[in-house]
Amino acid sequence: MTTLNINGHDHSVDVPNDTPLLWVIREHLQMTGTKFGCGAGLCGACTVHLDGEAVRSCQTAVSQATGKKIVTIEGLDPKGQHPLQRAWIAEQVPQCGYCQSGQIMQAASLLAKNTDPTKAEIVEHMDGNLCRCMTYARIQRAILRAAADLRGV
Amino acid sequence: MTKHQKINGLPNLNRRSFIVGTAATGLVLGYAAFPEAGDSLAATPSNFEPTVWYAIGNDGKVVVTVGKAEMGQHISSTMAQLIAEELEASWKDMSIVLASNDPKYNDPVIAVQLTGGSYSTEMNFDAMCRAGAAGRITLIKAASEIMGVPENELRASESRVYHAKSKKSISFAEIVKSGKANKTWSPDELKAITLKTPDKYTKIGQSLRQLDIPPKTNGSCKYGIDSFVPGMLYGKLAIPPVRYGATVKSVDDSAAKKVPGFVKAVVVDDKTVTTTGWVVAVATSYEGAKKAAEALKIDWDKGPNAKVSNQSIIDESRRLQKEGTEGLLYVKDGDSAAAMEKAAKVIDAEYLTTLNIHAPMEPMNALAFEQDDIWHIYTGNQFNTRTTAIAAAIAGTDPKNVLIHQQFLGGGFGRRLESDMVIPAVAAAKAVGKPVKVIYSREDDMQMDFTRPLTYQKVKVGLDADGKAIAMEHDVIGAWPTVHWGIPAFLVPSVDKKGKIDPYAASGANYWYTIPNHTVRNFTNNLAEKATPPGQLRSVAPAWTFWAVESTMDDIAHASGQDPVEMRLKLLDGAGENAGGDKPWNVGGAKRLANALRAAVGLSGYGAIKLPANEGMGVACVSSQERTFPTWTACVAHVKVDPSSGEITLKKITIAMDVGTVVNPDGVRAQIEGSVFWGASLALLENATVKDGGIEQTNFDTYTPMRMSQIPELDISIIGNGEPAVGCGEPAVTVIAPAIANAIFNAVGARVRSLPITAEAVKAAMKA
Repeated sequence: MTTLNINGHDHSVDVPNDTPLLWVIREHLQMTGTKFGCGAGLCGACTVHLDGEAVRSCQTAVSQATGKKIVTIEGLDPKGQHPLQRAWIAEQVPQCGYCQSGQIMQAASLLAKNTDPTKAEIVEHMDGNLCRCMTYARIQRAILRAAADLRGV
Repeated sequence: MTKHQKINGLPNLNRRSFIVGTAATGLVLGYAAFPEAGDSLAATPSNFEPTVWYAIGNDGKVVVTVGKAEMGQHISSTMAQLIAEELEASWKDMSIVLASNDPKYNDPVIAVQLTGGSYSTEMNFDAMCRAGAAGRITLIKAASEIMGVPENELRASESRVYHAKSKKSISFAEIVKSGKANKTWSPDELKAITLKTPDKYTKIGQSLRQLDIPPKTNGSCKYGIDSFVPGMLYGKLAIPPVRYGATVKSVDDSAAKKVPGFVKAVVVDDKTVTTTGWVVAVATSYEGAKKAAEALKIDWDKGPNAKVSNQSIIDESRRLQKEGTEGLLYVKDGDSAAAMEKAAKVIDAEYLTTLNIHAPMEPMNALAFEQDDIWHIYTGNQFNTRTTAIAAAIAGTDPKNVLIHQQFLGGGFGRRLESDMVIPAVAAAKAVGKPVKVIYSREDDMQMDFTRPLTYQKVKVGLDADGKAIAMEHDVIGAWPTVHWGIPAFLVPSVDKKGKIDPYAASGANYWYTIPNHTVRNFTNNLAEKATPPGQLRSVAPAWTFWAVESTMDDIAHASGQDPVEMRLKLLDGAGENAGGDKPWNVGGAKRLANALRAAVGLSGYGAIKLPANEGMGVACVSSQERTFPTWTACVAHVKVDPSSGEITLKKITIAMDVGTVVNPDGVRAQIEGSVFWGASLALLENATVKDGGIEQTNFDTYTPMRMSQIPELDISIIGNGEPAVGCGEPAVTVIAPAIANAIFNAVGARVRSLPITAEAVKAAMKA
């Protein structure tokens, strides 16, 4: 049995140590906001936070996540009202929406450290996250909006 | 033959025409009754259902049942917006559920459940408005009874009915609760309703917030891959090394048996011949199924396509074109051969587009199980009518026993017009007698895609001594994307009735320019058809036909010393059949395209701004998707080329699109943003190749759609002139590649005729 702390709650799962964290979160625990996109760390759809750092859960073995605080899209804000989530709605970012949990989690790790990112810093931080609907221009605007919100301007 | 003949796009589809055989089987696609779709439709405590498209509950909430696949184009919101307009419901009261495969939710015009072609808004606009109006009329009648005042003194607005004289009002909720609003409208009654004139619109034309967006910001939106049922097992594909044509000779599962949770290896017996040589490893977990699939030792006969490559497909297309006998006439206007003889100058060029992969972010998946003789399928699909028939064929049951629980689509782009994902799920569930959720790995998804076909085109233009185009011959050759559906109604007779053409392989070649003596021939490449089963990829044929046509237009302009914009405007004169108006959607014809071109050109600064060395602007304009449903779209691309490497920087795209009536301006803008970047991604970045019969690219390291760092600046103008609404999700894809190629030519004099455009090709063309 492995115990994982996800969004502030402990979950026990019986899986081999090398099981990707992604499948434990999505399929064993049925927290489906975290998405499977490529299984190779190339698209960012499965991004979650591990002790505050954005990681690709498809490339993180469950053994690497034990004893750490895991946060998924469902736990980013108790009411789904993180400044990024509000900005995502204000800018009407999602199209199909499938990659957007990963986009938001990736962006949240940027704003946690830097509430005044330049456009270039945003691009550098977000370039590993694919959006096949190509909502990139709106993602940029939403991150700038959320950053301004966090700075109180 | 001098008669002007063009095939004008959409085949004549109706339910009768869908009762057909599909591929090698006798799949029935027409049926009348379905099992009840309990869970998806019982979402509201409904008391009032004026039509199948929505219900109003005792709480006044309006739940719209969306018969269209929601893949991010926000069509579900568009349907709700059209209904709310005439119903006079408040936007905060509107919500959506996704329809099952019950034929009562078929498209009101094409009479099947299919989402594609950018048809949804134009084909549902009238039906949804009428449905909304029916509800309002019934509610007002009931309010008149309740309030004891004449109907003509009542007015509905924002989910209430008002009586101005008495200053009293009643909510929709109260009316529904009274039970007095209970009329179900017949088709004839709906047809008789007089709809609002556009000056009375309060919702159409507003950027109302899309209803599907909030759940897509907090992880709660459910896609097919997010489906679960108790006791469910997982399936992972083991696929052969060739895209199509393999057979399984033997499966050794001795190593797989050592994987904990392994249940069974199921060889897919696919009577529909959609798939070949697939095996499903079934296990109690996905990671277990994946390990088991990797552990299976499968001996395949690779079949007849094991030597096919991009080059062999191109060689076959060139051979077909040269031989010429198999080309079917798509356009025959005047006598191009005779006119070509008289030409003072002939432009002759070939155009190529490579294979492309859809790669939606949600890999293909389906959950299937049988319960009480009903097969339940959970997936997100764009063509539920055909998917139902395919699932039934695999299950060995009648289509009426298949219930599709439609989910949100994590990207469609035409990929989910195919039905392959239900095949391994049903086959595996049948073999193990339990629910099975099959999830393609990204590698499975890419290697088993129904790709955009590799196309080869030959264009020949004759110019007279004054540089005027007097003849054009255009051969379009590739796998035909619609043939494998096995639905004859989708194929249309050639101009000379000598054969059937896939209009989704050639549309766009029947352009709106007035050029005399125009011949278009459409050839199918059977080698490619069999080895690389083609599909509909966002915008389909116009993305390759306009690549050739719009590059050619610049060729003509440069060869005759004309400005490419001025020449296009001259040729878009709206003469003869180019006046348009044979359908409501193409009213205005070529002159609307000329108008869009003027808008894009003016906004871009083309011809007015002095550009630095090695920079250039290029134009293109298109009437995608079809002559009967054109969305008039024009583009100016601004590029910078590094002359030492040929490397291209796409600086800016300026686009103007005439969509007639704009239902949701921000929604239209979002679709144009996405489709422009798609067009640029296909033009510059995405390249799939087949070698030894297999697709070489397996993941996003080798197949590389555009990322954030690669997007150009974008300036979008939407032209809404009140003509009938047309689609906006695809047309912009088709205008980008030729605009970029024309810009590269204007920057450094290099003409590239093969997609994707690479730095090497630009460099080579600069030397030439």
